[in-house]
Amino acid sequence: MHFHLTEEQKAIQDAVRGTLADSWPIERVHAFADGDEDFDRTSWDALMALGLGGMLAPDSGMGLLDAALVCEVAGEAAAAGPLIGQLLAVAAVAVHNPFSGESRGPEGPAANASWAPAFAGEQPLLDALISGEVVATLLHGDSEYAPSARAADLFLIVDRAKGVRLVPAAEAAIEAVKAADRTRPMSKVAIPEDAGETLFTAADPMAARLADAALVLVAADALGGAQKVTDMSVAYAKEREQFGQPIGRFQALKHQLAHMALAVEPARALVWYAAYAWDAALPDAPRAAAMAKAHLCDTYVNATRAAVAAHGGIGYTWEYGLNYWFRRAMADRAWLGSPAEHRTRAATIAGW
Amino acid sequence: MDLSYGAAAEAFRAEVSAFLSLHWPPPSDLRGADLKAFVRTFRALATGEGYLYRTIPKRYGGSEQPVDVIKAQVIREEFQRARAPMEVGGNGMNMTVPTLLEKGTEEQKELFIRKTVEGDYIWGQGYSEPGSGSDLASVRTKGELSADGTKWIINGQKIWTSQGMQSTHMFMLVRTEPDAPKHDGITYLLIDLDQPGVTRRPIRQMTGEEGDHTFCEFFFDNAETPVSWQVGDRGQGWYVSRTTLKHERASIGGADGLGKQFAKLVDLAEEVGRIGDPIVRDKLAQIEGAVLAHRYSSYRIFSCAAAGEDPGPVALMMKLLLTEIGHEMALLAQELIGEHAFIEPAGAGGRGNRGPRGPEKWLDQIMGSLGNSIAGGASNIQRNIIGERGLGLPRDLAMSGER
Repeated sequence: MHFHLTEEQKAIQDAVRGTLADSWPIERVHAFADGDEDFDRTSWDALMALGLGGMLAPDSGMGLLDAALVCEVAGEAAAAGPLIGQLLAVAAVAVHNPFSGESRGPEGPAANASWAPAFAGEQPLLDALISGEVVATLLHGDSEYAPSARAADLFLIVDRAKGVRLVPAAEAAIEAVKAADRTRPMSKVAIPEDAGETLFTAADPMAARLADAALVLVAADALGGAQKVTDMSVAYAKEREQFGQPIGRFQALKHQLAHMALAVEPARALVWYAAYAWDAALPDAPRAAAMAKAHLCDTYVNATRAAVAAHGGIGYTWEYGLNYWFRRAMADRAWLGSPAEHRTRAATIAGW
Repeated sequence: MDLSYGAAAEAFRAEVSAFLSLHWPPPSDLRGADLKAFVRTFRALATGEGYLYRTIPKRYGGSEQPVDVIKAQVIREEFQRARAPMEVGGNGMNMTVPTLLEKGTEEQKELFIRKTVEGDYIWGQGYSEPGSGSDLASVRTKGELSADGTKWIINGQKIWTSQGMQSTHMFMLVRTEPDAPKHDGITYLLIDLDQPGVTRRPIRQMTGEEGDHTFCEFFFDNAETPVSWQVGDRGQGWYVSRTTLKHERASIGGADGLGKQFAKLVDLAEEVGRIGDPIVRDKLAQIEGAVLAHRYSSYRIFSCAAAGEDPGPVALMMKLLLTEIGHEMALLAQELIGEHAFIEPAGAGGRGNRGPRGPEKWLDQIMGSLGNSIAGGASNIQRNIIGERGLGLPRDLAMSGER
């Protein structure tokens, strides 16, 4: 029986946290938020240099739980870049590589795709994805929006009804929009039905597995963000003084902060369980993923709202930065289907 | 992560299960005193095997086992599966015994522990008073030494005593040094409740629940107890009581109970024909998100306990989380029962002979969930604990002198 983090897992989180503190400090976030880019090469390369890209390759010795722990820290730092898409693209391509002789998966070498992976240069596609040199982003089957779409080399389309496709950026029509989420800006993407390669048909269990994994990783991003704004609020309440004392001494605020923590900390185990269930391929893994996505995304939005309220005026300013997490919470909530949508799925899966 | 208990635990499970199939259940025709005797013998056998009273030394009737939360969990699961009785419950096991083991004299341990373990002594808690709830250290029930210095003479009132009508004894906080600072004027006393100076009265609850099993209030009119039944030093009772409250908090929880209650709520939605209603489905799944967060957090706390690690602030949150989920369930149940809310459920509070009950039975949960915000540390006190001990926020000025 083991249901808490190992020292090694905590060390991975600390390494990611430290790397993002160096490569993605709040000054960089401010500059990025006011710029036009949808991708930050410096912090991306720093993360990839940690070797995170290959976490979901079947031979990595890691799994979705480890990937979720990393996405949690990325959410905490409001990191830029399509980390979730990259991790899932590796998971998909490692099992079914559309380019001849590259597959490590059980299906063996696949037929040559109709398009050549020119962007990968000489190296195999999988290696280029693992190293982060080739950038892949996730396009949810029911959505027209993808993060870092303008920087991406590949689109991984995950669709429970139509299967999983890998599409080169050249075949995608990308329309930049003014994105509400400033740290992980979305663009509008249109991809023809027959573009790219089908990696898994809808009937292939991998299609649903990848869709479930995506939900867990977004839930993890939400967990990290919710914890971050709770921590910011608690720290501020200890330091800010009114009526001659730290405002955190007042019971009204203390109880609000207690409720923020009460919403976030127990929900952590929901993410752990969903990731563990996916890694162990437990029968309730799909439902656990839906519940985690729904619950954590609601929790994140509520936490960011509460955080602004707990801060007062400073929280409502642009430059304090709380709004970056608020905006990201809104994006996490809407991305891959709303909480209500996943609760409906969870109810149906449960048979009630 | 790995939720299996491991091969050693499964081997142990087989042992426990084999023991149970040999000794439980009782013959179906056993009744009354014979059944009681059977249960008593069963508990003694189970203790002999090391399954019950594991933290209690053998010389006081326990099985004195090394701490092993996995084994303890396996025992709980197997006993529950077999519907076999575990340790006698109540305040005696949760509070008196741990306090005596830590702070009692040898004489007190000899006198009380075995009798409590065997179910002969039932303990009431004498903490709250009409004027002392969350501010427990303000107790006013008075203790004075008799002229010969051998007895404490007790006058005052205690309230909210569970199992009060059955209690044979009470552990209580009594003010013995009226001039000392608040926390330093209290003494922890044990008292025999079978004496003329003690009057008890059941409290009728808002659920309508009344009778022998409900809470009691106690009146003390020159009640007496020997000085040798005082636990810890005179004036140090507040600090002695901290041991027991800690134990009470640790014993409230029960992820399985919450899961079962949620399953019943889904059944209710089906029973009243509302399970297809998208609003009801959404609300149910929202509540289930919290139910699962509670369940998996209890795994986390359990896992940390097994590894000897501190789970952190989440452990401080479990009681409030359980309470808040109970409220959410009550609100949905209230919607679902519709006009059944016009009907008072048979056997108010879920006790007594009641026969078949319709959806109105949820009134017990709807009202009972309010009790959870009060018992075992009121919700606003839980919020203070989470804020101050969990998040490190400064103490309220009114309480900054408190301990």
